[in-house]
Amino acid sequence: MSTPGTAEQRAGFGPLVEIENLTKHFPVRQGVFSRTKGVVHAVEGVNLTVNRGETLGIVGESGCGKSTTARLIVRLLEPTAGTVRFDGEDITHLRQRSLRPLRREMQIIFQDPYSSLNPRKSVGQIVAEPFAIHHTEKGRKQRVQELLNRVGLSPEHYNRYPHEFSGGQRQRIGIARALALQPKLIICDEPVSALDVSVQAQILNLLKSLQDEFDLTYVFISHDLSVIRQVSDRIAVMYLGRIVEIGSSELLYEHPRHPYTAALLSAVPRPETNGKNGSSPARQRIVLSGDVPSPVHPPHACIFHPRCPRFQEGHCDVEEPQLRRFDGDHEAACHYPVERWPMTEEELRHPFGGRTPAGRS
Amino acid sequence: MSSGSSGAPLLDVRDLSVRFRTRDGIVHAVSELSFTLRRGETLGIVGESGSGKSVSSLAIMGLLNRAYADVEGEILFEGKDLLKLPPRELRAIRGRDLSMIFQDPFACLHPMYRVGDQIAEAVRAHENVSKSAAWDRSVELLSAVGIPNAKVRARDYPHQFSGGMRQRAMIAMALVHNPDVLIADEPTTALDVTVQAQILELIDDVKQRFDIGVILITHDLGVVAETATHVMVMYAGRAMEYGPAHEIFNAAQHPYTWGLLESMPTVEKRLEVLVPIEGSPPSLLRPPQGCPFHPRCKYRFEPCDSKRPPLVAIPNGHPDACHLPAERKREIWNDRVAAELGVTV
Amino acid sequence: MLIYIARRLVWTVLVVFTVLFITFLVFFKLPNGDPALRFAGKSPTQDQLEEIHKRLHLDKPFYVEFGYFVKTFVSGDEYGWPGLGYSYGNFQSVKSQILDRTPRTLWLIAGAAFLWLVMGVAIGVISAVKRRTWIDRAAMGFALFGISAPVFWLGLMALFIFWRKLGWTGGTGYAPLSDGVGPWFSHLILPWVVLALLYMAIYARVTRNNLLETLGEDYIRTARAKGLSERDVIFRHGLRASLTPIVTMFGLDIALLVGGAIITESVFNLQGLGWMAITSATTQDLPDVIGVVLVTATAVAIMNLVVDIVYAFLDPRVRYA
Repeated sequence: MSTPGTAEQRAGFGPLVEIENLTKHFPVRQGVFSRTKGVVHAVEGVNLTVNRGETLGIVGESGCGKSTTARLIVRLLEPTAGTVRFDGEDITHLRQRSLRPLRREMQIIFQDPYSSLNPRKSVGQIVAEPFAIHHTEKGRKQRVQELLNRVGLSPEHYNRYPHEFSGGQRQRIGIARALALQPKLIICDEPVSALDVSVQAQILNLLKSLQDEFDLTYVFISHDLSVIRQVSDRIAVMYLGRIVEIGSSELLYEHPRHPYTAALLSAVPRPETNGKNGSSPARQRIVLSGDVPSPVHPPHACIFHPRCPRFQEGHCDVEEPQLRRFDGDHEAACHYPVERWPMTEEELRHPFGGRTPAGRS
Repeated sequence: MSSGSSGAPLLDVRDLSVRFRTRDGIVHAVSELSFTLRRGETLGIVGESGSGKSVSSLAIMGLLNRAYADVEGEILFEGKDLLKLPPRELRAIRGRDLSMIFQDPFACLHPMYRVGDQIAEAVRAHENVSKSAAWDRSVELLSAVGIPNAKVRARDYPHQFSGGMRQRAMIAMALVHNPDVLIADEPTTALDVTVQAQILELIDDVKQRFDIGVILITHDLGVVAETATHVMVMYAGRAMEYGPAHEIFNAAQHPYTWGLLESMPTVEKRLEVLVPIEGSPPSLLRPPQGCPFHPRCKYRFEPCDSKRPPLVAIPNGHPDACHLPAERKREIWNDRVAAELGVTV
Repeated sequence: MLIYIARRLVWTVLVVFTVLFITFLVFFKLPNGDPALRFAGKSPTQDQLEEIHKRLHLDKPFYVEFGYFVKTFVSGDEYGWPGLGYSYGNFQSVKSQILDRTPRTLWLIAGAAFLWLVMGVAIGVISAVKRRTWIDRAAMGFALFGISAPVFWLGLMALFIFWRKLGWTGGTGYAPLSDGVGPWFSHLILPWVVLALLYMAIYARVTRNNLLETLGEDYIRTARAKGLSERDVIFRHGLRASLTPIVTMFGLDIALLVGGAIITESVFNLQGLGWMAITSATTQDLPDVIGVVLVTATAVAIMNLVVDIVYAFLDPRVRYA
């Protein structure tokens, strides 16, 4: 069964989620007999903790493994290696039946409000379903109406069907469903990406107020760097299945340490609010060469080295950088972290002003 | 290439209206829209879903099914009104002088034909050349938009291309006949942020190199601010604000634009609070009386629910569709919005 | 692509082998009693029974028996392929009966299939393009008729009108090509039309629906935006993408008609494989039954293979699967 955590954890302190060396490989089949030809390294050696009451943002581009990581946390997938601890309990290899009671405590909200709700069920049925699954008896209808109210819908919506609602309203229904059993953890997998800008803000505000009221912990996944900055206390940046940088959001955005994070930030288009548009100096975008490598054949040593503007031959392609600590809880896995920010691409190409100090590991 | 002066507009849209006849009634998708586009300009049309931004471009391209879409107004292109042209002439212009690329490059390319063949098809749609000549041109264009090893990659199928590459291929296909106007409908929405930056750069590069006009449709104000020379903000099928980009971002005049700017998170800093625009976009079946935005507007007052504000320029400003007096607009911008956003004016 | 074909080929062989095995089990092993009795037809003599035992190796171990079964299926025995050889009911070798019947069925299928494919798709395309006009409604009304009218009724009505009353076509029965193209054609034209009518209706509906769905896809909008003619848009872009499900259906429909066009063959007395299936089943002529079963099953397996290959040809995404 599960290994008991420390006394601290069992008492309800300590991190809510602890992931160690989490790895997930998906087989690639080919050939006449569907032999497994290789693996997709979707998530590789990820270490992560999620503290109670915080919002951990996971950001990265498509294929970086952020959604897979989220699904591993709530055990919608089983890890290939590594451990997942929830509330002190090791849930890595629990069978579905043992997981079921835990599912009350961890919930997930999905990206697409149009496909994540069963079109044949009424809103009332959808939100009440968690009660049915976990055999809660009394006062179901009332509880459902309370939830609908709390997320900004009205009780008369109880009997309507999903297709009668807008995207933003459907997302609210999904949130109500997630809240039904008073979970501790909610994974938000791109919850606002499919919504219009003006509705996004409504949903983000709703999520924030629910967090305050119900003492929730969020893992918030997005590819949108602005949204992530707005909602997250701490942020993990993922690339090709690995965490390349992690830290509190203020520190990370003020001064990214990993060149990939720097490139991401520099790529975000934003209003030039000083001077005339068009004639102001062009934003110094850091260009990454080439395409994202295939996750079936990730690069050796530093996974980012083939595209990195700071690549130093003989070092970055030989030795894999470990996560190194900077100020506070800010960590990055890079041999030549970014010294100051902002920096142009030209400046990035010359770590330490072109001189490699002796003694650097 | 047109020999007119660069001052004369390439595209002059006047009072464009599009109505769809549906089972539930008439949907007023676009109402009385007017704008111009000149060479070297990038017009960013900004709006949310249902604002009519895509429909207006489809109307310009003649891609709306007239069986259930009523289109009124004038769309003047090189002196001719596109809405009055017979279908054959319109088809000759479409893809040759006016080109359009769309949001999801994966769905926009035919899955069963090679990429190179699809571009070659575009060549032969308007030019009587041999298949091999069309193929060569197709490879040339793929290379010009930055596809490495174009000769080999042209033989690939769309599912073998990455998202960014597919969008580049779409752009190549749109440029085959050196069009005067390129319309890009949410070209980067489905792409990663680093790829997005590359594509926007490519579009801008193309605009400058070939001296064309670009219409960029998006819901992302950041994208527009970076690349657009002019901006039109649309809501419920109408223009709310229309002017040079730097004016829109440094001195926005319409409450809807303020609402958008205030409700968007930004990479620059974590805002104290996101101020959403309460409510939701109006039904286009029964648009509200008066100003379409008034039910959601914090600043509405007496005339707003009965009299529709015309699109009119304010002194030292640009056209907007709002009843608020000019000084009040400036006041609100300076004291509230700019302060909230941390914008220095 | 080659790996794809190789993989499908391996599967086809496996499928045929499995069919053989199951047939063997069902007919040789499962029922009680002496298998030879079932093979022997009516009132067999003791000598005949012993002969059957010997020829079918019924006294040998299970796997030897099966081995001979398979071998004779592939290469035939002294009484001809399939290797059950001889029908004591008809006093003919199974092989000769099948070889006699098969061309009739094949010609029936070929003509009908051509008719229903061409007409069905054409009607479907016209319906889709002229959606919601009277043409569309008429076409779909016709489709409803085609699906609903029973084949035997259609067949008998057609015979009555076109043969009896109008004298335009030949009557029942089959005239082989060797007797001349005229008689061959006039005896087949009605069965072709009657058989095709049902499928034509189905294919028209399927084509219409697929094409309408495809015409809503984004790449169709791109094709129009390029300035292609509407004809190119519908055929080169729309129809091409809608064809794949039709190909799949077509292959299977043909395969199942190999032993399955029972009603048509009966009404028009064509005495093809379907007719043989029915008569051998009702007279309990086991070798004949087994023969038809094996031929039909093999036809299905082969058509599956062909369909898969054509599909991969049409849709390149499948080749790499």
